[in-house]
Amino acid sequence: MAQANTMKVKKPKENEVSAARKSKHGTALTVFFSVLSFVWILPILIVILNSFKRKAYIFKNPFGISNVSLSQGAERWRAGIHKTFVGLTNYATAIEKTDFFRCFGYSVFITVVSVALIVLLCSMTAWYIIRVKNAATKTVYLLCMFSMIVPFQMVMFTLSKFANILHLSNPVGICVVYLGFGAGLAIFMFTGFVKQIPIELEEAAMIDGATPVQCYFQVILPVMKPTLITVAILDAMWIWNDYLLPSLVLNVNKYKTIQIAVQYLKQSHGQVDWGAMMAVLVLAIIPIVIFYMAVQKYIIEGVVAGAVKG
Amino acid sequence: MSKPLKKYWPLFVLPTMAAFVIGFIVPFVYGVFLSFCKFTTVTDWKLVGIRNYTRIFFVNGKLDTTFIHSLWYTCLFTVVTVLIINVVAFFIALALTKGIKGTNIFRTSFFLPNLIGGIILSYIWLMIFNAILAKYSKTIVSTQWTAFWGLVVVVCWQQIGYMMIIYVAGLQNISADLLEAAKIDGANNWQLMKGVIIPMLRPTIATCTFLTLTNGFKLFDQNFALTGGNPGKMSQLLALNIYDTMYGTTGWQGVGQAKAVIFFILVAIIALIQNKLTTRKEVEA
Repeated sequence: MAQANTMKVKKPKENEVSAARKSKHGTALTVFFSVLSFVWILPILIVILNSFKRKAYIFKNPFGISNVSLSQGAERWRAGIHKTFVGLTNYATAIEKTDFFRCFGYSVFITVVSVALIVLLCSMTAWYIIRVKNAATKTVYLLCMFSMIVPFQMVMFTLSKFANILHLSNPVGICVVYLGFGAGLAIFMFTGFVKQIPIELEEAAMIDGATPVQCYFQVILPVMKPTLITVAILDAMWIWNDYLLPSLVLNVNKYKTIQIAVQYLKQSHGQVDWGAMMAVLVLAIIPIVIFYMAVQKYIIEGVVAGAVKG
Repeated sequence: MSKPLKKYWPLFVLPTMAAFVIGFIVPFVYGVFLSFCKFTTVTDWKLVGIRNYTRIFFVNGKLDTTFIHSLWYTCLFTVVTVLIINVVAFFIALALTKGIKGTNIFRTSFFLPNLIGGIILSYIWLMIFNAILAKYSKTIVSTQWTAFWGLVVVVCWQQIGYMMIIYVAGLQNISADLLEAAKIDGANNWQLMKGVIIPMLRPTIATCTFLTLTNGFKLFDQNFALTGGNPGKMSQLLALNIYDTMYGTTGWQGVGQAKAVIFFILVAIIALIQNKLTTRKEVEA
């Protein structure tokens, strides 16, 4: 955290010096990176382009806009464009086949509730195990450390079966599973932060007659805000994009997240409808891009803070 | 603080721990136990000793190389992606801390693929790869090597932006005065890099190396969606090999669980090495 703050202070100074000195060099770099970052997002742009095409033309002519080359005359070329594109047909098929908005709803619900649970409950636990030091809290801490190095494959079979037995195979139950499986990393990051909070802060609140619960919500929680955001961002990225855990834990006949819906569209009966596939990929990317644009600053800071700690 | 807080454990600790026990402790312990059993679900187990472990390598007295193949395929894949991702991310970060015009836009677009889930970005690339390879009458799963490089491209595309962000933070953390001083002393770019930037960046390099290392070793989604392990089982990374053993053939759940235990041990060894190395580095710095 402290590191992240000093970074921000230094940035403009360094930029000024280098920019002044290397403006000629800088222009070449700008051109180079303009091309490179265009190429970088080109795959996404191609998917967007192809999502409007008739499915037969997606593989015949993936990168062009007309199935007739311009050398055969402008008239025929233009006719080719008309033939290639089908407007929003693919989107209609995709939304219908995957029941997209329902899946979107489940994805949003699971991500929001799981992240809220992890952030709130794990920060409470972290505060407790730092302030109350005994054998039990030490064990809890060590178990959390340990869980961070266990790959999901190790528990996937047993976890999904137990979730089934305990009736957690639904969008509410899976949030409990995420809380349990995500607790390790979250508690690790929160304890790292709580250690730096001066205890006088809490003692002052207690002298004023606050109960531990009031003290937590009115004093500790506000102080922890940066770490809360970091953990929330990292876990939101993980849960939203997670495929394997929900596909095993959820009753997929009834509940599909976006990732599961995309996978089922691919593996469902016979020929893959690549038109619908392109459309559903675009639909799946749109909310991510909007979210990214809205909270880009926090995502970048979260990634950096997470890496420094992890 | 600790005294009045102590009796509040049912509120502060219990909910998290209940979920932790359901979501991690019980599945883990039971998973280790089941690796010594024959079972099809969690209730019909029968102890079989270490037979699941021997069946990973020997089937009916004959050597089965599927797991060993996926082990070295995974190692090779991990080494290649660690190198490419870190080198490219480092140089992009270096260029993007020079204050050139458009830096923010470039950073945004490099980072974007990282937010898109493994399944979705694999299908983006599956379409592009197969569209290109169709011209040579091939697909992405024609051989284990087309599959290999396909996976490398997807994973690099996804992770370079992420590591770049971390490298940028590390580079901005190097004091500008230090760089200025070195320049005044007449250091050229190469000396600056070797004498100041790389040594100062060592903790960041360690972090990114281990992040990419574990990401590569544990990769599942991209492998599952892009190649499905094809052709044959030749492009199965370890995680997919375990999944396939567990859910692909009935009667092999025990072997799958035993493979998972070995997988866990390998991942744990990497984590322990990381812990040793990074703690020592910090002391040095």
